[in-house]
Amino acid sequence: MAHSLDSVVKGGSFLIEDIRADQVFTPEEFTEEHLMIAKTTEDFIGNEVLPILDKLENHEFEYSVKLLKQAGELGLLGTDVPEEYGGLGLDKITSALIAEKMARAGGFSISHGAHVGIGSLPIVLFGNEEQKQKYLPLLATGEKLAAYALTEPGSGSDALGAKTVAKLNDAGTHYLLNGEKQWITNAGFADVFVVYAKIDGDKFTAFIVEREFPGVSVGAEERKMGIKSSSTRTLILEDAAVPVENVLGEIGRGHVIAFNILNIGRYKLGVGAVGGAKSAFEITVKYANQRKQFKQSISQFNLTKEKFGTLASELYATESSVYRTVGLFEERMSKLSDAQAQDGKEIAKSIAEYAIECSLNKVFASETLDHVVDEGVQIHGGYGFMQEYEIERAYRDSRINRIFEGTNEINRLLVPGTYVRKAFKGELPLFEKAQKLQEELMLLMPELPGEEALALQKYLVKNAKKIALMAAGLAVQKYGTELEQEQEVLVNIADIVSNVYAMESAVLRTEKAIARDGLEKSKQKLLYTEIFTQEAFNKIEQDAKETLIAVSSGDTLMMMLSALRKLTRHNPVNVIAKKREAAEAIIKAEKYTV
Amino acid sequence: MNIFVLLKRTFDTEEKISIANGVINEDGAEFIINPYDEYAVEEAIQIRDDHGGEVTVLTVGNEDAEKQLRTALAMGADKAVLINIEDDVEYSDQYTTAKIIAEYLKDKEVDLIIAGNVAIDNASGQVGPRVADLLDIPYITTITNLTIDGKNVSVVRDVEGDEEKIETTLPLLVTAQQGLNDPRYPSLPGIMKAKKKPLATLELDDLDLEEEDVEAKTKTIEIYLPQQKQAGKLLTGEIEEQVKELVSLLHTEAKVI
Repeated sequence: MAHSLDSVVKGGSFLIEDIRADQVFTPEEFTEEHLMIAKTTEDFIGNEVLPILDKLENHEFEYSVKLLKQAGELGLLGTDVPEEYGGLGLDKITSALIAEKMARAGGFSISHGAHVGIGSLPIVLFGNEEQKQKYLPLLATGEKLAAYALTEPGSGSDALGAKTVAKLNDAGTHYLLNGEKQWITNAGFADVFVVYAKIDGDKFTAFIVEREFPGVSVGAEERKMGIKSSSTRTLILEDAAVPVENVLGEIGRGHVIAFNILNIGRYKLGVGAVGGAKSAFEITVKYANQRKQFKQSISQFNLTKEKFGTLASELYATESSVYRTVGLFEERMSKLSDAQAQDGKEIAKSIAEYAIECSLNKVFASETLDHVVDEGVQIHGGYGFMQEYEIERAYRDSRINRIFEGTNEINRLLVPGTYVRKAFKGELPLFEKAQKLQEELMLLMPELPGEEALALQKYLVKNAKKIALMAAGLAVQKYGTELEQEQEVLVNIADIVSNVYAMESAVLRTEKAIARDGLEKSKQKLLYTEIFTQEAFNKIEQDAKETLIAVSSGDTLMMMLSALRKLTRHNPVNVIAKKREAAEAIIKAEKYTV
Repeated sequence: MNIFVLLKRTFDTEEKISIANGVINEDGAEFIINPYDEYAVEEAIQIRDDHGGEVTVLTVGNEDAEKQLRTALAMGADKAVLINIEDDVEYSDQYTTAKIIAEYLKDKEVDLIIAGNVAIDNASGQVGPRVADLLDIPYITTITNLTIDGKNVSVVRDVEGDEEKIETTLPLLVTAQQGLNDPRYPSLPGIMKAKKKPLATLELDDLDLEEEDVEAKTKTIEIYLPQQKQAGKLLTGEIEEQVKELVSLLHTEAKVI
């Protein structure tokens, strides 16, 4: 089994290796079953949830419970729960697709995601046999609903600074938990909470806490900016008596669960953002086709087309990146042996492997979503500011995505941080590659990419990787262990890496599509890829320049800037023309179309 | 109880129809189970669950229709049959379809056949009744309720908004009207099970039919889109002036008087 894991693409390795199209999963490879499950989800949301979403937005959460149970009957809560515990044990792609299709329902999708994701997964992945037997069958059907309680008033990003404590009672039968967990999704109705507390004030540990346990209560419903159709309350623990058998995972190793569940939460958030962005985009294109000003549909104005072209190509890159990452998880998880799949440490290792990709997806997808809803409101004009229009809710619902599951700032900082750690641990030969590149830069000659489809884009991806390595290498050289303090530089590097991942994901997806369906049928994909790579590369150039100027000076700086100029020299694509062209198909289809 | 459902693959209700070179453009269009046939599938599943037996969904078309058959299997049907006429029949009409279906069913043990009232594409509403006629069994169209007790059947049918109650016996063909039931979503377990359910593909040869046997009785002369409706005109002012203007417009613009 260990041998088969060797063939899996290593987390973060895309930055220093050439990845082939056949190594990535693309949305064109969904099976018939995937698509049928997506359709069931879409119909469930469209016919059952959206018609009563206003009630949910008004905090009538008895409907959320009813809808979640209905989702449970359809199997929409059981995809990640193994069959032996009453679930369906389906692949990661299925659960990602469900999350994508749920997203249209805003806050309700957050309720669903909290239940199946951060609420149930800790038990699926880290629970012992008795815990799995006891809880999972009920969670898979929705008979019981789950929540996840990590954040506290005083500890958000600094999760390990939690103040909630646990103390074993004299009889040794129960832990008594004391503290407050803040902003807990589903707290209004959840039956089961995964709660983190420090045993004896220092051993950070996860517990399964039932609502009915003595000493467990919840605070008032929060009044939020968006995702109002999800319940958010404080979980109050006052000598909450939790049986010792409800300790989840190992005592003192709660952080392993917390961080890995966060990783999953991050890539799932990326999938949800793709769904939210597609839905907001569709609403907007439909509106622009209907709305007439100066005697024509506003979709016919070139500036509207420019917006459509920009947003759709960002959406394409995001969708490609997110499903590529889901594919990585699926590949790695499916190669675990049965014994490994029972072993919390192995699972944690599998998830942690793609921590970089998870953070990149979280940041990139939430920002794409925010861009789409922002321009969505803009294209709706004054009507977009009115609550009768769905885009108004989408705009408010979007904002939290840049904050929860680790702020985008924290997630950006995690990217270079994790790279450096992987390099020191010998998991990625980052320093060797950076060293080699520095020698190469001296002799660098700009190349002329060919004329064929994607030749330029592949060239840009290749050079973008070199730019990332050059900037990161110089920063490490200059600051050494002090690099952690240089947050501006770190974020610049993260942004370069992020654009590299997104560009490459779009290019590989399009390459795969052309190989299978031919150029003619892949025209729209090619347009998105051309637009996105050009714009992402421009940003990379800018971020790299700023970074080089910050980390070096004098002759070195001159040399580095000259190397950057060589790496960025190319004949740019006419994005204005390409966007107009891409917009035509969008306007006709009245939605994001590939 | 042996129940057969006649099912057609049609355009999604939200598709925009466009015509290219005299034919409806299917490029990139989404297809679904004809919504009326969905009621038929649901009804068949419910009857089977109450009375036992087997539900077979049947379609005439090409291999693309497998997807809709699979969806019916995921809803809970037991077996599916696709009669693929793509290579044998260039042009078909309701006669073609009915003849093929009747030929397939004639030596089967059939208790109940349920079809949709109409297909939302060509909307002829003919295939069901034609099949019943060829099989020489009774049929009732546009039903909104169906109760079976042994061989006896009572049916409520929708007659342009009124209700008609009819009693008859099996074997029988009915066509489903909106309101008959609330079709279920294919559940995830249903979808996974559908993968393993039998889906047989037949061709005219397998039914001992020649192309001439099923030759269409009609010809399509032209396909065109309905004319775009113009926005209406709202007359204002005193009622007398409005009447005058209306009369003048009927003369000069509409040219009907």
